[in-house]
Amino acid sequence: MSETKKFMYINRRPPYGTVYPLEGLEVVLIGAAFEQEVCMVFISDGVFQLRQGQDTIDSGMKNFSPTYRALGDYEVTRLYVERESLEERGLTEADLMPLTWEDEDDDWAEKPSIQIVSRAQLSDLLEEQDVVFNF
Amino acid sequence: MPGTRYFRVFFYHDGVNNGTRLTTPPQDDRHIVNRWSELSKAHDLDLVVCVAAAQRRGIVDPDEAKRNGKDSDNIAPGFRISGLGQLIEAGIQADRLLVFGD
Repeated sequence: MSETKKFMYINRRPPYGTVYPLEGLEVVLIGAAFEQEVCMVFISDGVFQLRQGQDTIDSGMKNFSPTYRALGDYEVTRLYVERESLEERGLTEADLMPLTWEDEDDDWAEKPSIQIVSRAQLSDLLEEQDVVFNF
Repeated sequence: MPGTRYFRVFFYHDGVNNGTRLTTPPQDDRHIVNRWSELSKAHDLDLVVCVAAAQRRGIVDPDEAKRNGKDSDNIAPGFRISGLGQLIEAGIQADRLLVFGD
Protein backbone atom coordinates (compact mmCIF):
# COMPACT_ATOMS: atom_id res chain seq x y z
CA MET A 1 0.00 0.00 0.00
CA SER A 2 1.95 3.02 -1.23
CA GLU A 3 -0.75 5.66 -1.11
CA THR A 4 -0.72 7.91 1.94
CA LYS A 5 -3.76 9.84 3.03
CA LYS A 6 -4.38 12.43 5.70
CA PHE A 7 -6.53 11.01 8.50
CA MET A 8 -8.04 13.21 11.20
CA TYR A 9 -9.71 11.82 14.32
CA ILE A 10 -11.93 14.38 16.06
CA ASN A 11 -12.80 13.75 19.70
CA ARG A 12 -15.74 15.69 21.11
CA ARG A 13 -16.94 13.72 24.12
CA PRO A 14 -15.84 13.46 27.77
CA PRO A 15 -13.81 10.31 28.39
CA TYR A 16 -16.27 8.46 30.62
CA GLY A 17 -20.02 7.89 30.80
CA THR A 18 -20.11 6.31 27.35
CA VAL A 19 -17.78 3.91 25.56
CA TYR A 20 -17.47 6.06 22.43
CA PRO A 21 -14.20 7.86 23.32
CA LEU A 22 -12.49 4.55 24.14
CA GLU A 23 -13.76 3.08 20.89
CA GLY A 24 -12.51 6.15 19.05
CA LEU A 25 -9.04 5.68 20.50
CA GLU A 26 -9.11 2.04 19.39
CA VAL A 27 -9.62 3.18 15.79
CA VAL A 28 -6.57 5.45 16.07
CA LEU A 29 -4.41 2.64 17.44
CA ILE A 30 -5.47 0.14 14.77
CA GLY A 31 -5.15 2.83 12.10
CA ALA A 32 -1.56 3.51 13.14
CA ALA A 33 -0.54 0.16 11.61
CA PHE A 34 -1.49 1.50 8.17
CA GLU A 35 1.17 4.24 8.26
CA GLN A 36 -0.97 7.13 7.11
CA GLU A 37 -0.55 10.81 7.97
CA VAL A 38 -2.51 10.98 11.20
CA CYS A 39 -3.60 13.70 13.59
CA MET A 40 -6.07 13.88 16.45
CA VAL A 41 -8.23 16.81 17.43
CA PHE A 42 -9.80 17.49 20.83
CA ILE A 43 -12.69 19.91 20.94
CA SER A 44 -15.70 20.58 23.15
CA ASP A 45 -15.82 18.15 26.13
CA GLY A 46 -13.28 16.02 24.26
CA VAL A 47 -10.55 18.13 25.87
CA PHE A 48 -11.33 16.32 29.15
CA GLN A 49 -9.93 13.14 27.58
CA LEU A 50 -6.43 14.60 28.00
CA ARG A 51 -6.96 15.82 31.59
CA GLN A 52 -4.23 14.94 34.06
CA GLY A 53 -4.94 12.77 37.09
CA GLN A 54 -8.00 10.86 35.91
CA ASP A 55 -9.45 8.59 38.58
CA THR A 56 -12.25 6.22 37.56
CA ILE A 57 -12.21 3.78 40.47
CA ASP A 58 -15.62 4.72 41.88
CA SER A 59 -17.28 4.60 38.44
CA GLY A 60 -16.14 1.07 37.67
CA MET A 61 -15.06 2.20 34.20
CA LYS A 62 -11.58 1.37 32.97
CA ASN A 63 -9.18 4.33 33.21
CA PHE A 64 -7.80 4.30 29.68
CA SER A 65 -5.96 7.63 29.92
CA PRO A 66 -2.51 5.94 30.09
CA THR A 67 -3.12 4.81 26.50
CA TYR A 68 -2.76 8.41 25.28
CA ARG A 69 0.84 8.30 26.54
CA ALA A 70 1.50 5.40 24.16
CA LEU A 71 0.33 7.32 21.08
CA GLY A 72 3.85 8.65 20.42
CA ASP A 73 5.13 5.07 20.10
CA TYR A 74 2.43 4.50 17.47
CA GLU A 75 3.72 7.55 15.59
CA VAL A 76 0.62 9.55 16.39
CA THR A 77 2.49 12.72 17.22
CA ARG A 78 0.08 15.56 16.48
CA LEU A 79 -2.69 16.12 19.01
CA TYR A 80 -4.45 19.43 18.39
CA VAL A 81 -6.41 20.85 21.33
CA GLU A 82 -8.76 23.73 20.64
CA ARG A 83 -7.90 26.78 22.74
CA GLU A 84 -11.48 28.03 22.93
CA SER A 85 -12.73 24.67 24.22
CA LEU A 86 -10.14 24.74 27.00
CA GLU A 87 -10.99 28.32 27.96
CA GLU A 88 -14.72 27.67 27.97
CA ARG A 89 -14.11 24.92 30.54
CA GLY A 90 -11.69 26.84 32.74
CA LEU A 91 -8.77 24.66 31.69
CA THR A 92 -5.23 25.50 30.59
CA GLU A 93 -2.52 23.43 28.93
CA ALA A 94 -1.07 22.78 32.41
CA ASP A 95 -4.20 20.73 33.23
CA LEU A 96 -3.45 18.30 30.40
CA MET A 97 -1.20 15.25 30.41
CA PRO A 98 2.34 16.10 29.27
CA LEU A 99 2.31 13.88 26.19
CA THR A 100 5.49 13.54 24.15
CA TRP A 101 6.96 11.65 21.22
CA GLU A 102 10.54 10.84 20.25
CA ASP A 103 11.75 12.28 16.95
CA GLU A 104 14.01 9.71 15.32
CA ASP A 105 15.14 12.31 12.75
CA ASP A 106 16.38 14.55 15.57
CA ASP A 107 18.46 12.12 17.68
CA TRP A 108 15.31 10.83 19.43
CA ALA A 109 14.64 14.21 20.98
CA GLU A 110 11.51 14.23 23.14
CA LYS A 111 8.95 16.65 21.74
CA PRO A 112 5.48 17.67 22.92
CA SER A 113 2.60 15.98 21.10
CA ILE A 114 -0.07 18.45 22.21
CA GLN A 115 -0.46 21.66 20.24
CA ILE A 116 -2.96 24.29 21.36
CA VAL A 117 -4.65 25.76 18.30
CA SER A 118 -7.45 28.20 17.68
CA ARG A 119 -10.86 27.35 16.25
CA ALA A 120 -9.87 29.16 13.04
CA GLN A 121 -6.64 27.14 12.71
CA LEU A 122 -8.61 23.91 13.17
CA SER A 123 -10.93 24.92 10.40
CA ASP A 124 -7.94 25.25 8.05
CA LEU A 125 -6.56 21.88 9.20
CA LEU A 126 -9.91 20.20 8.53
CA GLU A 127 -9.85 21.51 5.00
CA GLU A 128 -6.59 19.62 4.27
CA GLN A 129 -7.84 16.17 5.32
CA ASP A 130 -8.73 13.19 3.12
CA VAL A 131 -10.56 11.17 5.78
CA VAL A 132 -12.23 12.58 8.90
CA PHE A 133 -13.62 10.50 11.76
CA ASN A 134 -15.78 12.13 14.37
CA PHE A 135 -15.97 10.50 17.80
CA MET B 1 -25.70 7.90 -6.68
CA PRO B 2 -25.46 6.82 -10.38
CA GLY B 3 -22.01 5.63 -11.41
CA THR B 4 -20.86 5.31 -7.82
CA ARG B 5 -19.61 1.98 -6.53
CA TYR B 6 -20.08 1.29 -2.84
CA PHE B 7 -17.65 -1.38 -1.81
CA ARG B 8 -18.16 -1.61 1.91
CA VAL B 9 -20.39 -0.51 4.76
CA PHE B 10 -18.68 -0.60 8.13
CA PHE B 11 -20.72 -0.71 11.34
CA TYR B 12 -19.14 0.73 14.48
CA HIS B 13 -20.19 1.99 17.92
CA ASP B 14 -23.95 1.36 18.35
CA GLY B 15 -24.18 0.89 14.59
CA VAL B 16 -23.34 -2.77 15.14
CA ASN B 17 -26.94 -3.19 16.34
CA ASN B 18 -27.95 -3.03 12.67
CA GLY B 19 -26.53 -6.55 12.37
CA THR B 20 -28.71 -8.63 14.68
CA ARG B 21 -31.43 -10.76 13.12
CA LEU B 22 -33.25 -10.88 16.47
CA THR B 23 -34.49 -7.33 15.87
CA THR B 24 -38.30 -7.22 15.86
CA PRO B 25 -39.68 -3.77 15.10
CA PRO B 26 -43.47 -3.21 15.17
CA GLN B 27 -45.17 -4.49 12.01
CA ASP B 28 -46.16 -1.01 10.86
CA ASP B 29 -42.54 0.21 11.10
CA ARG B 30 -39.66 -0.33 8.68
CA HIS B 31 -37.34 -3.28 9.38
CA ILE B 32 -33.89 -1.77 9.00
CA VAL B 33 -31.94 -5.00 9.59
CA ASN B 34 -33.87 -6.79 6.84
CA ARG B 35 -33.37 -3.81 4.55
CA TRP B 36 -29.61 -4.06 5.00
CA SER B 37 -29.69 -7.80 4.27
CA GLU B 38 -31.75 -7.22 1.11
CA LEU B 39 -29.48 -4.39 -0.01
CA SER B 40 -26.42 -6.56 0.51
CA LYS B 41 -27.95 -9.36 -1.56
CA ALA B 42 -29.12 -7.10 -4.38
CA HIS B 43 -25.79 -5.28 -4.79
CA ASP B 44 -23.24 -7.75 -3.42
CA LEU B 45 -22.46 -5.17 -0.73
CA ASP B 46 -19.87 -5.98 1.95
CA LEU B 47 -21.48 -5.34 5.37
CA VAL B 48 -18.82 -5.47 8.08
CA VAL B 49 -19.50 -5.32 11.81
CA CYS B 50 -16.59 -4.37 14.08
CA VAL B 51 -15.68 -7.34 16.26
CA ALA B 52 -14.76 -5.38 19.40
CA ALA B 53 -17.86 -3.16 19.26
CA ALA B 54 -19.97 -6.27 18.53
CA GLN B 55 -18.60 -8.19 21.50
CA ARG B 56 -19.44 -5.29 23.83
CA ARG B 57 -23.01 -5.20 22.55
CA GLY B 58 -23.74 -8.90 22.09
CA ILE B 59 -23.65 -9.20 18.31
CA VAL B 60 -22.34 -12.70 17.56
CA ASP B 61 -21.69 -14.87 14.51
CA PRO B 62 -21.23 -18.68 14.72
CA ASP B 63 -17.42 -18.44 14.92
CA GLU B 64 -17.52 -15.81 17.66
CA ALA B 65 -20.13 -17.80 19.58
CA LYS B 66 -17.87 -20.84 19.52
CA ARG B 67 -14.75 -18.86 20.40
CA ASN B 68 -16.36 -17.09 23.36
CA GLY B 69 -18.42 -20.05 24.59
CA LYS B 70 -21.83 -18.49 23.82
CA ASP B 71 -24.93 -20.65 23.39
CA SER B 72 -26.17 -18.91 20.24
CA ASP B 73 -25.43 -16.38 17.53
CA ASN B 74 -27.56 -13.57 16.13
CA ILE B 75 -25.78 -12.14 13.07
CA ALA B 76 -28.19 -11.19 10.28
CA PRO B 77 -27.78 -12.50 6.69
CA GLY B 78 -25.31 -10.50 4.60
CA PHE B 79 -23.29 -9.24 7.58
CA ARG B 80 -19.86 -10.44 8.63
CA ILE B 81 -17.77 -9.70 11.71
CA SER B 82 -14.24 -8.40 11.24
CA GLY B 83 -11.74 -5.90 12.61
CA LEU B 84 -11.27 -2.13 12.51
CA GLY B 85 -8.58 -2.59 9.88
CA GLN B 86 -11.44 -2.99 7.40
CA LEU B 87 -12.58 0.57 8.16
CA ILE B 88 -9.11 2.09 7.79
CA GLU B 89 -8.46 0.08 4.62
CA ALA B 90 -11.71 1.40 3.15
CA GLY B 91 -10.66 4.95 4.04
CA ILE B 92 -7.40 4.46 2.15
CA GLN B 93 -8.81 2.67 -0.90
CA ALA B 94 -12.07 4.51 -1.49
CA ASP B 95 -12.26 7.88 -3.23
CA ARG B 96 -14.60 9.01 -0.50
CA LEU B 97 -15.50 7.77 2.94
CA LEU B 98 -18.82 8.89 4.39
CA VAL B 99 -19.52 8.73 8.12
CA PHE B 100 -23.09 8.63 9.42
CA GLY B 101 -23.96 9.21 13.05
CA ASP B 102 -23.98 12.04 15.54
